[in-house]
Amino acid sequence: MSAVIKPMTTLEEICTEAEKIRLSNPDLGDKIVSDIYQNAEMIAGPAVIKNSTDSRSWDHKLDDILTSRRLGYPIMFALLSIIFWITIAGANVPSQMIADTLFAFQDQLLIWFELAGAPSWLTGILVLGMFRGLAWVIAVMLPPMAIFFPLFTLLEDLGYLPRVAFNLDNMFRRCRACGKQILTMCMGFGCNAAGVVSCRIIDSPRERLIAVLTNNFVPCNGRFPTLIAIATIFMGGMVVSELQTAVASVVVTSLVVLGIFVTFAVSWALSHTLLKGEASSMVLELPPYRKPQLGAIFYRSLIDRTIFVLKRAIIMAAPAGAITWLLANIYIGEISIIGHLAAWLQPFAYAIGLDGFILLTFILGLPANEIVMPILLMCYLSTGQMMEYGTLEELRDILINNNWTWLTAVCTMLFCLLHWPCTTALLSAYKETGSKKWTFLTFLIPTVIAFIVCFIVAQSARLLNLV
Amino acid sequence: MNHSATKEHHKLLSEHFGITAIPGQFTVALAGNPNVGKSTVFNALTGLHQHTGNWPGKTVDNAQGSFTYLDRSFLMVDLPGTYSILAHTIEEQVARDFICFGKPDVTLVVLDATCLERNLNLALQVMEITPKIIVCVNLMDEAEKKNIKIDLSALQKDLGVPVVATAARSGMGLDTLRQKLHEMSIGLCTPTPRQISYSSEVENAIQQLLPNVSRLIGSNLNPRWVTLRLLDGDQAFIKSISQYLNLDLHSTRLQEVAV
Amino acid sequence: MNTAITTIPLSTLGIGSACQIVSLNLQGLLRRRILDLGMVPGTPVQCIRKSPAGDPVAYMVRDTLIALRSEDASQIYVNPM
Repeated sequence: MSAVIKPMTTLEEICTEAEKIRLSNPDLGDKIVSDIYQNAEMIAGPAVIKNSTDSRSWDHKLDDILTSRRLGYPIMFALLSIIFWITIAGANVPSQMIADTLFAFQDQLLIWFELAGAPSWLTGILVLGMFRGLAWVIAVMLPPMAIFFPLFTLLEDLGYLPRVAFNLDNMFRRCRACGKQILTMCMGFGCNAAGVVSCRIIDSPRERLIAVLTNNFVPCNGRFPTLIAIATIFMGGMVVSELQTAVASVVVTSLVVLGIFVTFAVSWALSHTLLKGEASSMVLELPPYRKPQLGAIFYRSLIDRTIFVLKRAIIMAAPAGAITWLLANIYIGEISIIGHLAAWLQPFAYAIGLDGFILLTFILGLPANEIVMPILLMCYLSTGQMMEYGTLEELRDILINNNWTWLTAVCTMLFCLLHWPCTTALLSAYKETGSKKWTFLTFLIPTVIAFIVCFIVAQSARLLNLV
Repeated sequence: MNHSATKEHHKLLSEHFGITAIPGQFTVALAGNPNVGKSTVFNALTGLHQHTGNWPGKTVDNAQGSFTYLDRSFLMVDLPGTYSILAHTIEEQVARDFICFGKPDVTLVVLDATCLERNLNLALQVMEITPKIIVCVNLMDEAEKKNIKIDLSALQKDLGVPVVATAARSGMGLDTLRQKLHEMSIGLCTPTPRQISYSSEVENAIQQLLPNVSRLIGSNLNPRWVTLRLLDGDQAFIKSISQYLNLDLHSTRLQEVAV
Repeated sequence: MNTAITTIPLSTLGIGSACQIVSLNLQGLLRRRILDLGMVPGTPVQCIRKSPAGDPVAYMVRDTLIALRSEDASQIYVNPM
């Protein structure tokens, strides 16, 4: 090769030369892009034949309605409520059936264990702890997820979600955040860990951090069952049974709206303090609406999402159930360990409208929010008032027997909506931000807000003698 | 490719891109703009044989899948959906680096039939890097609904690469696509992609730098394309080129060429 | 430049009107993004719709609907057609 003999040029020298050429011709980069597009035009021109397109196509007509000044926001709100309503209304009956079956099986298990002569502590851990925890998680979570996820995937597949970002970007702009943040929040409805990961779609690092830090304010699927259960049995329970589902849907929707409001407030606050900076920019493609593929939706939402989340919940719930049972059944003096812990937390919990058990279960539920409600019930049931629960009315009785008032219900729902993210979400935040500081803040900000909001609500209600 | 070269290639794939190919497997990189149904094509071809994760050291999704067609095994690597691969974002950098340095056996570029012009931008950029390319014009059903017709044979002739029309949602054209991939894998088809013609301004700048770049790069990459990236002042590319080709900023030629 | 008299920012374009891009006064990543989407000088653009709050605005560029904030669109100069 003759090149070996010639004096060689290094990459560095070539770069310097390129730099010189670029300086004398600053538009070169733009020109390269323009030229490629010109080639694309030349190729596409003769190859594409467009026959008199009717300018008002389907997409335009649909967009006229879905992003209209008058209807854009109401439709968004209505769609959200409808999804919750279908989920709540549809989940009731299958939940009941699953619970009946599994608890009937639990009784059978107890009989078998007794026949086998198993010691009572083993029966306790395996059946009353692990199995009961699992049964609860499945009965409470599976039906709402199996309904919610396909509905949401349907909206995603239709191409509606970018329109939501389009409609809401102005508010995010005012908070100096990115409109695409709403898409990460939508993801968060399914699972906050997935929501945090999806923040990658936001280009600006500052705005991406805001989205990561606030993702937890949309309730994930692990928290929905808690919210739905309390809303149905407590809020819905106050009215005639025909209206129960409707009232519960309104309560849950309002909570979600509150969560979105808190997201805006925190985003704004972060943009003006820790994460100062101008709103950068947003370039959003609004792809055409597409006919959804029902088979793919079914597959993706059930296999990918429902089973995935359920599997995670089960892995967390089984050991948590066992640990809770142990804590509830090992006595130090007159009271179980759980009783001691709850008593210790009681004054603090009372100040924010909860009781010691509720706060304790939220702490024990750190690995997975799904198990909060089951653990709470196990705590209550293990403290002497052992009773069979099957119907929502009985559930209501359990709570009322443990001194729940409407304020307890409201504060528990608020705390559930606002409190710290689960460990999976925190781990995702750590992986995405690569920083211990931001991960800690992902934990701290919601925690502080949850305590403050619940404190204010509880204290005001008591001061005004509403309880 | 001889045996040791294949081994070397697999080592590169697993070290830099976290991809494990079985010996003899034909690697297919899947590129395309966002919202063109790229994942539908990916799912339709690979079915349940998928594996998702991250690109090594990057917070960018990485999905790999495999399928067998006519006794030939294919490994499909789903690149991030991007409008361009001029590498202004991490996603674009990942896609660009894989096509350029991962040396897939073929790059399948998925285009949206309803906005072909914008999509061709990406296809042309890929064609500048590698001649091993198949173009898949997807969403043909949507285009038909919008009264858009595409002269596929004209497009194929003009691009100089195989063009396959698909509607991945309904499965239309996927068999042809598998066939084309198979033909490519057994060497039945050697595309001669059309090269982008630049305006005199850009062309002059290229000519000033090209001789030196050619000498430095050798046959590893298309020197014209490398020249353009250097003229574009693409710092990330300069980093990648030193990393993947073992090219020191100060050394005069590639170590690989010297062997 | 004699075009300066008729050149207006993209953000001032009314719904339904069409124009042709003259120049981009944007920097950094946004500039590259906009260019990569095919909004290069000479490209025809049509203003399609406003979001319910009036901002952002969606434009048709090369058969694709792209939403831009008015802040950003005001830095793109166009010739109305």
